[in-house]
Amino acid sequence: MSSLVARAQLVAAVAAQYSDHVDKEGRFPSEAVRAMKEARLLSAYIPREFGGEGADLAEIAEVVSVISQACASAGMTYAMHQIKVSSVISHGDKAEWHQEFMRRISSEQLLVASATTEGGIGGNLRNSICAVERLGDRFSLVKDGTVISYGRDADAILITARSAPDAPASDQVMAVLTKDQYKLELTGVWDAMGMRGTCSDNFKFSAEGDVAQILPNDFGEIAAKSMLAICHILWSAVWYGIASSAVSRAQSFVRAEARRNPGQTPPGALRVAEAANMLQLMRSNTIAGLSRFATAKVNDDDLGSVGFIVAMNNIKIGASRMVVDIINHALLITGINGYRNNTPYSVGRHMRDALSAQIMISNDRIFGNVANLLLMHRLDPSLAA
Amino acid sequence: MLDTLRPLIDKHARLPVKADTLAAGQDLYAAGLTSFAAVQLMLALEEAFDIEFPERMLNRRSFATMESIAACIQELRPQALAS
Repeated sequence: MSSLVARAQLVAAVAAQYSDHVDKEGRFPSEAVRAMKEARLLSAYIPREFGGEGADLAEIAEVVSVISQACASAGMTYAMHQIKVSSVISHGDKAEWHQEFMRRISSEQLLVASATTEGGIGGNLRNSICAVERLGDRFSLVKDGTVISYGRDADAILITARSAPDAPASDQVMAVLTKDQYKLELTGVWDAMGMRGTCSDNFKFSAEGDVAQILPNDFGEIAAKSMLAICHILWSAVWYGIASSAVSRAQSFVRAEARRNPGQTPPGALRVAEAANMLQLMRSNTIAGLSRFATAKVNDDDLGSVGFIVAMNNIKIGASRMVVDIINHALLITGINGYRNNTPYSVGRHMRDALSAQIMISNDRIFGNVANLLLMHRLDPSLAA
Repeated sequence: MLDTLRPLIDKHARLPVKADTLAAGQDLYAAGLTSFAAVQLMLALEEAFDIEFPERMLNRRSFATMESIAACIQELRPQALAS
């Protein structure tokens, strides 16, 4: 099998052919996801002993970025799948049911989606209203008003709920349910400014499964120790991919101008240099996140430390702000050609996709959390990772 | 020594249950402690015991149970919880 990046480039080539249509119609990037399955990219992160390739997070981030350069909706779908898979890898590697599930993801290239939001919780994933109801070794679960990106196209869903009907809102578990076990009732259609292909519809979710399908660790631990960090890093990789693509279009525009008028530096050239500078900062930010995570993941105390949470939150905030600024530069450079939707220099889809970054877990909410943490945590001035 | 901690937990940890219903080793996060309230509780403990938590104690495990909180305070100021 060729390298992960080479296969990601093949998927990107497919995704690029359909990205405008996916955006226009607000439809699932099915061609790109089919290509991911054919290239066996959905199991890349799964350890070799469970049939995957044992890739590290940096390699996954690169795949995410490559696909996102072609189609942000496809790249985000891949990122969200890997975020869910990472919870199973980190917290289900000792549980027989979840080991078997990882083998199935690998052999059948299952696409895994997430149902962590719920109507009435006010955007805080660390609270649930619905609860798991156990009866012997079976359980049932009904969750209302939950947003499930690509829910209709997923093969399995990871869902959060209170651990029992009498448990407090924050005492949550996470369970894996497969397509044959759940019913989705569409309650709201995703028709959004950008990221239109993620099809983040609202559903009423109802399911029954074996108690063994519930991940052994409570969700608070899963969120704190792997999900939030991986989420912020892989999202940043999506946004970096979008920003790279916009700068590349702006650069092509300026080069075409330079060729037409030899001997003169085009007016947009300086802005390309400025955009390249910001793009490098964004790239450094994401790489710093990856290296911070690599250090922390082998040290449980570091992974649960305030300093680590602050760092990961800052990766997300930094990337989500820079991407909009960078694309705006690309728009200033390409002008009317960038503003129009039907030119090789269009950056409208990039801008609309990128604007989702600041509200996917609202930056204001994150700043609020960090502000609270900084009442305790002293920032580390060291340049060492 | 937990008797000294319980009123502070009731006041600052914003749990849906009273601290005297919790065992010393019971997981406070599972009982409803949020990361926001954990910081508020840390600040209240610093004020009450005239201590300052060093960076190495600012992690999830230090504040996971009343027992682990007491151990941190004990280490920083051995006489604080003597009564």
